Amino acid sequence: MTGPDTRPALTETLGSPRRRDRGRGPLTAFGFLLPALILFVVLVLGPVLLSVYFSFYKWNGLGGLPQNFIGFDNFTRLWNSDIFQGDLRHGGLLLLLSLCVQLPFSLVIAVLLNQKIRGRAFYRLLFFIPYILSEAVTGVLFTLILEPESGLANQLLKSVGLPEWSWLSDPSSVLISLFLVISWKYFGFHTILYLAGLQGIPKELQEAARIDGAGNWEVFRHVTLPLLAPTIRISVFLSVIGSIQLFDLVYIMTGGGPAHSSETMAVTMVDYGVRRTQVGYSSAISVVMFLISLAFALGYQRFVMRRDLEGATTTTGNLR
Amino acid sequence: MLSRRSVVALTASALLLGACGTSNDNASSSNASAGPKKVTFEYYNLSTAEPLKSFWADVIKAYTAQHPNVTIKNIAIENDQYKPKIATLTQSGKAPDLFSTWGGGVLKQQIDAGLVKDLSGDMSDIIGNFTTASLAAYQFDGKTYGLPTDIGMVGFWYNKALFEKAKITQAPTTWAEFLDDVKKLKAAGITPIALAGKAKWPGHYYWAYLAMRIAGLGALQQAATTHDFTGPDFVAAGQQLKALVDLQPFQKGYLNADYGTPGGQAAVMGKGQAATELMGQWAPNVEKDSGGGIGDKLGFFTFPMVDGGKGSPTDAFGGGGGLSVGAQAPPEAVDFVKFALSEAQHSKAVKVGGVLPVLKGEESAVTDPNTKIVAENLLQSTGFQLYLDQAYPPAVGQEVNDSVAQLIAGKLTPDQVAKQITDTAKNEAE
Repeated sequence: MTGPDTRPALTETLGSPRRRDRGRGPLTAFGFLLPALILFVVLVLGPVLLSVYFSFYKWNGLGGLPQNFIGFDNFTRLWNSDIFQGDLRHGGLLLLLSLCVQLPFSLVIAVLLNQKIRGRAFYRLLFFIPYILSEAVTGVLFTLILEPESGLANQLLKSVGLPEWSWLSDPSSVLISLFLVISWKYFGFHTILYLAGLQGIPKELQEAARIDGAGNWEVFRHVTLPLLAPTIRISVFLSVIGSIQLFDLVYIMTGGGPAHSSETMAVTMVDYGVRRTQVGYSSAISVVMFLISLAFALGYQRFVMRRDLEGATTTTGNLR
Repeated sequence: MLSRRSVVALTASALLLGACGTSNDNASSSNASAGPKKVTFEYYNLSTAEPLKSFWADVIKAYTAQHPNVTIKNIAIENDQYKPKIATLTQSGKAPDLFSTWGGGVLKQQIDAGLVKDLSGDMSDIIGNFTTASLAAYQFDGKTYGLPTDIGMVGFWYNKALFEKAKITQAPTTWAEFLDDVKKLKAAGITPIALAGKAKWPGHYYWAYLAMRIAGLGALQQAATTHDFTGPDFVAAGQQLKALVDLQPFQKGYLNADYGTPGGQAAVMGKGQAATELMGQWAPNVEKDSGGGIGDKLGFFTFPMVDGGKGSPTDAFGGGGGLSVGAQAPPEAVDFVKFALSEAQHSKAVKVGGVLPVLKGEESAVTDPNTKIVAENLLQSTGFQLYLDQAYPPAVGQEVNDSVAQLIAGKLTPDQVAKQITDTAKNEAE
């Protein structure tokens, strides 16, 4: 975005060095940052550090600070836990499905909605509505729809002569059902992201390609897609982080069941922290979740989004 | 697939911040200048269904009419949301001023954290009014930390019409007969049992009762102290439950069914779509509330005896519900409990069939036939075991619920259930 040499030149022109020192010293910058910094420390850094602290104790969360230090026991227990290994599998599967099914689907819809068709604004609105609904409302709604006996989904299947399905009530079908609901909820969001990206692509490039004899597919493959890549990278990033922290829909619709077959890390964390009052163990889960997210976020930004973030703090090469 | 990371972050931070919270918000706000001090306190309870919903509203109205300076915030939360809510509140370092409890190990954990008021002194004048059995779950080391509002037992509620349709003439007295009846019901095209697999706690009733019948009450109480549930009798309890599960007796989609929601266990029974449910004394009311109820077609029989078991067929499993007062609650909360649990008020709840008698001599107030049959069976009981998920500390109680739920889902064997509960109990006791 910016070359390292142009910036000092720009600030040079803004006033005399003395005025610049008074108004733009590090102290002033710090003053402006302070409110956000306090919030960040109190609401993000503090809880993260406390969580790390609690994760080394066996503690039920009641009565003062934890006393029973057990080292890495919570983490070894977590590592050996069938439930936690299941969490990782479920998260991975949902993630894979999102990346391979949900995002491409969103992209197709976005490309279609980018054409000049009648009622385009209406369709855009329609596809975005699920995203506006709160997770709790969506969860309750689909619990009712997918209810095996009287729910809408099975009634519809029955009315067109198809066999009924077990949806959320069978370990073998629950993850797919959840994925359908999650996709329903979030594909509109990704569609809007892609639409915004598509509209930022200059028409001239596509026209130029067409003049050179490119067909629809070639224009899409060699012009549109590469120019949309930054948007896709962001969309993938949000999708992965969302999968790692998936909680509300699952908690409301299945509570992680039947028999832990749809449980995610966040659901396990709440189950142990709140229902079983094993706050130390639950903190260990949250620490692992944090580390996975952090490792992914840093790695992804460093290696995948490098070009999009040039000049941002995560890249160090050009900050002279 | 973007989930709101903020929600999880908030949950996590609430979990964590909650732990270091202090009791800075005082429930009572003083207003010294004008007459008696204005007092506000919160009452967390489970009475979301009739008739108890109206009962508590009326009691609060009557009390505040006599004490205009007192405001009571009546916070009623549905059963399965109530437990995590109270857990989160207590982890913030302060119990609610007044709250419903089932006593047992869950209450004990809150007492150990210094969150619950010892009522032995304040209530000494009325403790003697309650029956010994109803008080037991709230007493530890000779002190009383809660007073009962209800006491009852779990048993099979059944649909007489559906039993008739399957040509079952009398209620089963042995487990073998029960399994046989399940087969008959199934053969007649009737769903034998309604079960809330998602809620988990209704499933643990089966395992607990089978353990009581096979291993005996003494063995269950012993296991609570030795933290060892791996004995052959506990495994046998799991095997008998598995024998029932193998008959596929539950309603369609039971693994993700809740208890009191539309389409849940109580609704299925209340709509006459299943022949039985194993549930406590509140079952008729919740069936009515969520499924319409089946009126006088509803019957009750106690959990059958298992042939060759060491337990007694008259040992009862269940509990009731009581009220505990937060350590920092204003004195008015204590006063309100005395008012609500006076015979004049409490017997109204008994009369409408909301709860069972807990006060001595209150039996005469029982008019509701469903209340009556549970009360009679309870009176004849030779031993009593509190719900395992309340009797034990939360970690162990929830493990019982969870392991049994996995057994019912076919994911754990009876041996594994016994082992998992034992592992958790031992770990918790360390």
